[in-house]
Amino acid sequence: MATQAHGMGHAVKRKEDARFLRGKGTYIDDITLPGMLYLDIVRSPYAHARITAIHTEKALAIPGVLAVVTGRDLDRYGLAWMPTLMSDRQMVLPIDTVLYQAQEVAAVVATDRYTAADGVAAVEVDYEPLPAVVDPRAALRPDAPVIRQDREKKSNHIWHWEVGDREATDRAFREAEVTVAQDLYIPRIHVSSIETCGCVARWDPVEGKLTLWMTTQAPHAIRTVVALVAGHLGLAEHKIRVIAPDIGGGFGGKVPVYPGYVLAVAASVLTGRPVKWIEDRMENLQADSFARDYHITAELAATRDGRLTALRVKTIADHGAFDAAANPSKFPAGLFSICTGSYDFRTAFAEVDGVYTNKPPGGIAYRCSFRVTEASYTIERMVDILAHELSMDPAEFRLKNFVRPDQFPYRSALGWTYDSGNYEAALRKAMDRIGYWDLRREQAERRRRGELMGIGISSFTEIVGAGPSHTFDILGLKMFDSAEIRIHPTGKVVARFGTKSQGQGHETTYAQIIAHELGIPEDDIVVEEGDTDTAPYGLGTYASRSTPTAGAAGAVAARKILAKARKIAAHLLEAHEDDLVWEPGRFHVKGSPERAKTIQEIAFAAYTNHPPGLEAGLEAVAYYDPPNLTFPFGSYICVVDIDKGTGEVKIRRFVAVDDCGNIINPMIVEGQIHGGLTMGLAPALYEEITYDEHGNMLGGSFMDYLLPTAVETPRWETDKTVTPSPHHPLGAKGVGESATVGAPAAIANAVIDALWHLGVRHIDIPITPWKVWKVLRERGVTE
Amino acid sequence: MGYRVRVTVNGTPREAEVEARLLLVHFIREVLGLTGTHIGCDTTNCGACTVLLDGRPVKSCTVFAVQADGRDLLTVEGLARDGELHPIQEGFHERHGLQCGFCTPGMMMTAYALLQRTPAPTEEEIRWAISGNLCRCTGYVNIVEAIAYAADKLRSTPAAAGRGS
Repeated sequence: MATQAHGMGHAVKRKEDARFLRGKGTYIDDITLPGMLYLDIVRSPYAHARITAIHTEKALAIPGVLAVVTGRDLDRYGLAWMPTLMSDRQMVLPIDTVLYQAQEVAAVVATDRYTAADGVAAVEVDYEPLPAVVDPRAALRPDAPVIRQDREKKSNHIWHWEVGDREATDRAFREAEVTVAQDLYIPRIHVSSIETCGCVARWDPVEGKLTLWMTTQAPHAIRTVVALVAGHLGLAEHKIRVIAPDIGGGFGGKVPVYPGYVLAVAASVLTGRPVKWIEDRMENLQADSFARDYHITAELAATRDGRLTALRVKTIADHGAFDAAANPSKFPAGLFSICTGSYDFRTAFAEVDGVYTNKPPGGIAYRCSFRVTEASYTIERMVDILAHELSMDPAEFRLKNFVRPDQFPYRSALGWTYDSGNYEAALRKAMDRIGYWDLRREQAERRRRGELMGIGISSFTEIVGAGPSHTFDILGLKMFDSAEIRIHPTGKVVARFGTKSQGQGHETTYAQIIAHELGIPEDDIVVEEGDTDTAPYGLGTYASRSTPTAGAAGAVAARKILAKARKIAAHLLEAHEDDLVWEPGRFHVKGSPERAKTIQEIAFAAYTNHPPGLEAGLEAVAYYDPPNLTFPFGSYICVVDIDKGTGEVKIRRFVAVDDCGNIINPMIVEGQIHGGLTMGLAPALYEEITYDEHGNMLGGSFMDYLLPTAVETPRWETDKTVTPSPHHPLGAKGVGESATVGAPAAIANAVIDALWHLGVRHIDIPITPWKVWKVLRERGVTE
Repeated sequence: MGYRVRVTVNGTPREAEVEARLLLVHFIREVLGLTGTHIGCDTTNCGACTVLLDGRPVKSCTVFAVQADGRDLLTVEGLARDGELHPIQEGFHERHGLQCGFCTPGMMMTAYALLQRTPAPTEEEIRWAISGNLCRCTGYVNIVEAIAYAADKLRSTPAAAGRGS
């Protein structure tokens, strides 16, 4: 047994592995309660239809089916609609109209999951199909059918958002020596965590208490939302306990509240018994929140010698039938305004229009911080196009336009203050590691032989760790986060946080933070998250915010404890506080290292011999409101070979140099980058959710939606630079999503780099063999 | 109701009466109470439910419980012996081959079957062997290394091979 404190910078093996390796994790579907019922959902086959009747008799006649719940049933309790995070509302169940395929229409409650499924099959619904609006541009036409008849505004336009100086930007474009413009579509994709969503709701009529075990990344926020939504039914926040058990991957898909959760709660209240709802994969893919779906037109202005002067971006955002995006409330387009990226623009302007269509709602993240991938992909594709247009090397073009290290803290043209960065160092390291100039020579040689090889770069800047409460809130809840540390008399620790790990390894990383600050071995520290009855209030884990917010809170709480420990040590050593020297794990008297008290001795004294005038105990809680976001960055270089016969893109090498500030656990950080890169590869080459003109989803299962397997995924090569955050207590930044943000553009840029000499300027992701094959055929290229 | 299923699970005989339509994965999870075997899709793609049936890996969401009658089942709960992790489990821990842990049991069972028939697999053989098991967290690099770690360890200490060998 290791009894030593490791702290920051050590590849400590994960504490959480012990249960997962033995099949002893507790995921949502592993929870079984006495008398538990199962809920299953009837879904719409139509993208837009009027419901004229729901026939429940046959379902109710099945032995074991206890109830069928419809929108009209919920409406009697004011529960047919629920608020979204974006000032919109969303149907829990429809009263008379469905707005997308696979929308929830009715819920069946039964004694077991097979009988519930039988009940779903036996519910008959009469529909009158209505015309579906699938293309958001068509949705904006004046003659388009209005999708949301419940709203006062009879239009499919939801909101307009803009940032930057429109006039100055337009002027810069008029005066520019060179401009480029490109339409970029970033398709609708789905996070597809391997565990789907679900819950177990237990209403206790005697105590008037609701316990909700739920696949959620933000348990406290859920508790408050439930209290606000169901307050009129007498459900108060102290009688609501939300527990997020072990979570089998989140990536943003477990932030929203889906109708199934609400239905399970309603069914538990209705029946007085615990109710479990677990969605299957097809429900998960077809109805749960999507990501992206941005139709972008981007333009760059520059001087003839390749210095960027202005950026202009116009975007139509397809939000589906409800604006149920998961963004901070003041940011309907998330942090898309990070789209100036790593480059020093004097002026920029971005605008986004949100639009309703007959598709499932969402606009959540796909392992990225609020639309940051959309922004990063846009600027990195555009910079590459411009470099190629100017016949400049894309690496040299970037080096010429980067924000320089001496410009930090750097105020971007769209209003962010980047905390720290050294973009040139990261790119040069990636170039050295991959042998950039040798690859360029090889490419020229292969091109002479008619072979298609491309080299793509992406030098992204992320914006994570929301965030400062003056700017960031969700439904008014400020986006701080929290930590509570309790040191027991024997020096062992229980620490609780307001976040919730979904695989990120918080139980280990947070223990390392405390070990680093207090010198207590990681083995002596238990980290707990996810139970709103015990953990301090926090906004949860998404947008790479855990280390920037809750991790910082852990350090601050530990420092509060250390301040008290110093007083206790002074009392025990009969010395003045100022004469004590802290070394990891103990205080000693200056000049007398043998006169010392360990943190464990101090903890014991805190409960057995605390100084007069000081409270007993050794605990602290911290709510950390960061002064700024953190801005991780990196440079990725991808080398691809393209098969001229099949159009297949083969990734030969991929080097990722990341900078996430000071690193707490390098093993976990590297693992996060590997995973993020794979979720960057996925939309670049494989994943897309599409619909036909009637709003039928084309491919709503893993048979058609292609998650990369071990065969498609390359052997990622990772490296790092370290530029600490100046404002984070540990100098750390957050890393879980950097690679998802940075990778798609590197891959797309490599493919276009391979094809540019054939006159190919852009192919929308996912770059499938079919798209490439078509482009090659059009240009007369054959094997 | 009405079909009696007798299986040997992780070395222990068990039996129960089940509906004909009950999937093996639900039998394992809900009748036998072994919840380490997970469900991640409906179409036999994700591999989270992989178990060994008579030593061969199967996706237990696509096998009926009655088809397992009279046969031998190995699930993740049967990997460790006498409190000692199997080298595959050890490899996943040492090489950080898991994050959320949801795909991990199925991934390890597939790796177990691979190493039974291919004790010294190449990286490509490992990648193809686990290509029916999806992982969304790790990017597979460390899973491949974890399995290679286990292969090395099993070759140097054959006694660690465990059940079914």
